[in-house]
Amino acid sequence: MSMTQTLNIPMSTSGSTVKTHINKQPAAQAQGEVKLSASDVRVFYGQSEALHGVSLDIVKNEVVAFIGPSGCGKSTFLRSFNRMNDTVAGARVTGKITVDGRDIYDPSVDVVLLRAQVGMVFQKPNPFPKSIYDNVAYGAKLHGLASSKSEMDEIVESSLRRAGLWEEVKDRLEAPGTGLSGGQQQRLCIARAVAVSPDVILMDEPCSALDPIATGIIEELITELKKNYTIVIVTHNMQQAARVSDRTAFFHLGDLIEIGETAQIFTNPTQKRTEDYITGRYG
Amino acid sequence: MNKPNNQGYAAIEAKVKASLQRRQRQETRFRLVGVGAVLIALALVASLFGTILSKGLPSFWQATFEIDVHFDPEIVQIGPKPVQASGESPAQFKERDMAWQMDLGFVDFSQLLVNAIAKHIPAAADSPRDAIALITSGEAFALRDRIVADPSIVGKTVKLKLLADANVDVWLKGNIDRSLPDDRQQLSAQTREWADKLYADGVIKNSFSTAIFLNTDSRSSLAAAGLAGAFMGSLMMMIIVILLAVPIGVASAIYLEEFAPKNRITDLIEVNINNLAAVPSIVFGLLGAAVFILWFKLPMSAPVVGGLVLTLMTLPTVIIATRSTLKAIPPSIREAALGIGASKVQATMHHVLPLALPGILTATILGVAQALGETAPLLLIGMSAFVSAVPATPFDQSTALPVQIFLWQGNELRNFFEGRTSAAIIVLLALMLSLNSMAIWLRKRYETRW
Amino acid sequence: MNNFTVAIALLVLAALAYQMGLVRGRGVASLAGPRATHSRPGYHGALAILRAALPAFAIYVLWVIFGNQIVHTLVLGTIPIEFLPQDAMQQKVLLQRLANIATGFGVLGEAQPYEMAAADAMRHYQGLGQVLVAALMATVAALGLFWSWRTTTAETRARNKVERAINIALIFCSAVAILTTVGIVMSMLGESLRFFQMISPSDFFFGTVWNPRFATTGAEGQSGFGMLPLMGGTLLISFIAMLVAIPVGLMTAIYMAEYASNRVRSLVKPVVEVLAGIPTIVYGFFALVTVGPLLSALGAGIGLDIRATSALTAGVVMGIMIIPFISSLSDDIITQVPKTMRDGSLALGGTKSETIVKVVLPAALPGIVGAILLALSRAIGETMIVVLAAGNSPVLTANPFEAVSTVTVSIVNQLTGDQDFASAQSLVAFALGLTLFVMTLILNVIALVIVRKYREQYE
Repeated sequence: MSMTQTLNIPMSTSGSTVKTHINKQPAAQAQGEVKLSASDVRVFYGQSEALHGVSLDIVKNEVVAFIGPSGCGKSTFLRSFNRMNDTVAGARVTGKITVDGRDIYDPSVDVVLLRAQVGMVFQKPNPFPKSIYDNVAYGAKLHGLASSKSEMDEIVESSLRRAGLWEEVKDRLEAPGTGLSGGQQQRLCIARAVAVSPDVILMDEPCSALDPIATGIIEELITELKKNYTIVIVTHNMQQAARVSDRTAFFHLGDLIEIGETAQIFTNPTQKRTEDYITGRYG
Repeated sequence: MNKPNNQGYAAIEAKVKASLQRRQRQETRFRLVGVGAVLIALALVASLFGTILSKGLPSFWQATFEIDVHFDPEIVQIGPKPVQASGESPAQFKERDMAWQMDLGFVDFSQLLVNAIAKHIPAAADSPRDAIALITSGEAFALRDRIVADPSIVGKTVKLKLLADANVDVWLKGNIDRSLPDDRQQLSAQTREWADKLYADGVIKNSFSTAIFLNTDSRSSLAAAGLAGAFMGSLMMMIIVILLAVPIGVASAIYLEEFAPKNRITDLIEVNINNLAAVPSIVFGLLGAAVFILWFKLPMSAPVVGGLVLTLMTLPTVIIATRSTLKAIPPSIREAALGIGASKVQATMHHVLPLALPGILTATILGVAQALGETAPLLLIGMSAFVSAVPATPFDQSTALPVQIFLWQGNELRNFFEGRTSAAIIVLLALMLSLNSMAIWLRKRYETRW
Repeated sequence: MNNFTVAIALLVLAALAYQMGLVRGRGVASLAGPRATHSRPGYHGALAILRAALPAFAIYVLWVIFGNQIVHTLVLGTIPIEFLPQDAMQQKVLLQRLANIATGFGVLGEAQPYEMAAADAMRHYQGLGQVLVAALMATVAALGLFWSWRTTTAETRARNKVERAINIALIFCSAVAILTTVGIVMSMLGESLRFFQMISPSDFFFGTVWNPRFATTGAEGQSGFGMLPLMGGTLLISFIAMLVAIPVGLMTAIYMAEYASNRVRSLVKPVVEVLAGIPTIVYGFFALVTVGPLLSALGAGIGLDIRATSALTAGVVMGIMIIPFISSLSDDIITQVPKTMRDGSLALGGTKSETIVKVVLPAALPGIVGAILLALSRAIGETMIVVLAAGNSPVLTANPFEAVSTVTVSIVNQLTGDQDFASAQSLVAFALGLTLFVMTLILNVIALVIVRKYREQYE
C-alpha cells in the first residue's frame, strides 16, 4: 500500500550514470583507488571448476555489474568477495582476492571482520523473522556498534533512510519484517547491510524477485548509495546493468570474457560472444 | 554525514575488533557444547549396549554337566509302552497311554542323577539332597521324556549334557559373593564344595547352552528357562500384524493420498491418524482389554488379541510412512498415465504403487520392529501370565519376547536372571536391529531421487 | 467341509468366474471392435468374481461365525430337560463330550442313551447345516455367474464397477483408523462412566490418596482413588526427562545440522537413532541395573539419599529415551530453515553460533516447540520405564530422590493380576487411561498444528 507514494518516481534515472568516455582494450583498467582486486580466481565445487581464473580490479565508489547467462559463474565470483562460498559444502577458492590490498583468503583474516566490511544483499529478500527494527539493528548489535539505545535508534533510522524505507515504516518499526512487500523487504535487507557501515556492498540479482516498480526504486537507490559505497551487482537483466553500472563485466561458462565501461560494452563490445549475448543470440 | 554509520568501515573497525576475541571464544564454546552433546548421546548408546552385552553374553554359556547316566532298570520299573490295538477307540488308547505315563511319573529319576554324580563324588550317595541341588530340576523330567521317546534306553548308560542348577551357575561364575555366610547362600556348603570339585574335574563345564533358545519359560527349573514360547508368541503376533496392518495401512494410505477428495473430512482423518501415531501404547492396551476381551470375549493372554492390538498400534505408522512415499512420487508419473487414457485406479495400480513398493516395504519393516518391542499394551491383555508351553495356535495362552524380559527381570533369583534377562534383551535387540538394517538396506538399494 | 476344501472351492469358483467373464468380454469385444467396447475383458472377469465368489464367500464366513452356535442351540434343545446342565460352563463340557461321541473319537466312561441321541442330533444338524450352506453357496455363485453372463455387452461399464468396488474397499480400510479412535474413546468413556458410578469424579480427580487395594474394605475407603499423587509423579518424571532430553537432544540436533561434516553426520546419526529403536522395556532394565545404582552411589558420594528406583532414575532414563526423538525432529526442523536466512546473518558478519542462536533458532522455534510437546506427550504416556524404575510408591511429593508412581504404572497395576473386570479397582484403570488419552491428545493436537503451520511456512 505504501508503494503508492513512490509510484511516480521516473524510471529514467539510468541515463545520468552512463559514462561517455570510451576506453580502448584493456579498457577495464580502473581509474582511482583500487578497492577490490581479484587475480586468477578459480572456484571449485567438489571436483568441477566453476570459475576458470578470473582477474579484475574494482575501484572505490564505482558500480560494477556482472552479467552473463545463468550458470556462467558470476554469482559464484561475487560470493568469493566476502567468502560466502565458505558456507557451501565442498566449495574451494584459489587465486588471490584483496580488499584494500589485504588478501582476504589469508588464514589470519577473520571472516567476521571481512563481512562487516563487505556487505551483501541476496537474490531473494531474506529478512529475519524479527521486527523491522531488530532486522536493521541485528548487524550493529553483533558488532557492538552502538553503546546506547539512542545510538542504536539513530543507526536504524539513518540506515532505513539510506535504503529509502524510513518514511514507509517509521510508524511500525516493531512490525515483523516478513510482513513487508517484496520490494520493501529487499530495501530492508539493504538497510540491514548498510547499518554495519560496510565499504562494499555485493548485490546478487537483488531485483530478480521483484516487480518492475519495486525494481525501479531499488535501481534508483543503487545510484544513490554509490556516493558512499563501492557496489558490485550481479544481474540477469542487461537493461538494469546499463542503467545502474559504471562498468560491466561479461561472464560466460566460468570465464570473464570482457570488462569495460558500460556504454562501451553495450554499444561496442570487443568480443564476439559479448556481442552475441547482448544482441540476444543466446542467454 | 555525521551519522555513526556514514563514515565507512574504517570508523567502525576498531569497535568490531574490540569484541572479536570474546565473540570467537563464544563461538568455540558453543561448538564445544555441541560436540559435548553428541558425545553424551554416543556415550549413552555405548553404556546401554555395554551394560546389556557385558551382562548378557556370558549367560549364553551355562554351567553344564557332561556326565554318564545309567538308566538303571532297578529304579526305572516300568511296563512296555502301550500300542494302539486294532478296534480300540482313540479315547481308550489315550486312557491306557496316560496310565503308562503316570506309572513313569512315579519313577525316582532324581535317583538316577544322584547315582551318576556319586560315580564322581562317592559321598553324594549319602546326602542325595545336596547332590540333586547341583542339577536343575527340569533335567529329571528330561530323563522321563527320553524314556517316553525311546523305551529301549532303559538299562543302558548314556553320556548326557545336563544343565546345572541356576544357583550352581551363579556360584561358579562368581555372580554371588563367595564370602557370604552360609545362611545367606542359596546352596548348602556341601553342594558348593562339590560344585567346585566337579568344575575342577571337568565334569561341570561352562559350555554354550541352547536352552535359552529352545526351551520355554520355567519356574521350577530356572537354569533351563528359555524363550521358545515367547518367541513363538511374538512370531504369531508379527504375522498377524503383517497380514492386517500392511494391507489395511497401505490401502488407506492410497485412498487418502490418491483418491480422497481434499476436504474437512479427510483433513480430520489426517489429524486423527497423526494423533493415533502419538497416542501412548498403553492406551491401545486398554482398548484391547475393553473391546477384544470384555466385549468380544476373545481369550486373555492370546497372541490373536496381542496381534490385533499391535496391528491397531502399528497402523498409523504404516499409513504415515506409506503416504510420504506416495507423496514423493512426482505427479508427472500420474499425469503421464492419465494422459493416455488410464483410469485413476489404473494409474495408481500400474504406475504409482510399483514405484512406491520399496518405501512401503521399509515402512512395514519399521512398523513391525516397533510392534516387536512393545510391552505395555500386552501386559493389559494378560500376556504377562506365566506360560510354560509353546502356543500351538494364536488362541492359546502365550507371552511375547519383551514381556518375557519383563517377567524375568522381576525374578527373585536376581543373580541369575540379571544375566538371563540381558541375554533375552540381546536376542530381542538382534532381531530388531536386523529388521532395521534390512529396512535401511532396502531404502539404500531402491532409493529413487526424483 | 473344512476350511481348506472350502478355500480351494472358492478359488476354483473365482478362477471359473474370471475365465467366464474373460471369454464373454472377448466375445463382445470381437463383435463390436475394441474402440466400441467399454471395458477390457479382464474387467469383465473381475466383475464376475465380485458377483459370484464374493457372496459365496460371505455366506461361508457367516456360517463359520454363527454355524456352531446354531447347531449347539438346536442340540441342547433335544436334550431332555432333566439332563440339561444349567450353567454355561457345564453345557460347554457336555457339548465337547457330545462332539467326541459324534466324531467317533470316543469318550471316557459309558455314554448315556440321551447323550447318544444328542450326539446323533448333533451329527444330523451339522450335516444338514453343511449341505444347506453348500447348496446356498452354489446357488448364489450360479446366479452370479448367470447374471454376469447375461448382462455382459460391449457397453457394460465393467471397469467402472470394479473400480468402484476397489474404491469402497479402500474407504473401508481408511475407516479402520477412525474406528480405532472411536473405539478408544468409546471404551474409555464407557468403562470410565461405570467407574464414576461407584466413585465420584471429584474424589478421583482431586483426591490426594491413592490406595485402591484397600479402598473397599474401609468405610472411609472412597478416598483411596485420588489420582493426584499419580499425576504428580507423572509430571515430576516427565519434567526431569525433559531437563535431560531437551539440552542434549537440541544441542545434538544443532551440531548435526549446522556443524557436523557429512561424514560425521552419516556416522553419528544412525547411532543416535538406534536409541530411538530400542524397546522401552530395555530402557527400564537399564535403569534398574545401571542408572539407578549409579545415581544412588553418586548421591551417597555427595551426601544425598537417592533411592535406586526413584523419580530421578526414571526421569533420567526416560530423558535418554527421548533424546533421539527430540534430536531427529529438531534436526529436520532446523534443516528446513532456508539457507538464505543463514546467509543473511553470515553476510553481515555474524559468527556461526550467533547466526544459530539469533536467527536460525528463533526461526525454528515453533517447530521445535512442537517437537518438544510431542516428546512430552510421549514421556507422559511412557510405561515400562516407570513400571521398572520409578519405585511404585504413590505419594504426592516433589522430591525427585524419592520413589513415586505414575498414571501409567497404576493402569498396569490395576489391570494385571486376578482382578474382577467389573470392580472399581479394575475400572479405575480406564478412568486413568481416559485422563491420559485426553492429556496426550491435547498435547499432540497442539504440537501437530504448530509443526504443520511451521512446515507450510517454509514449503
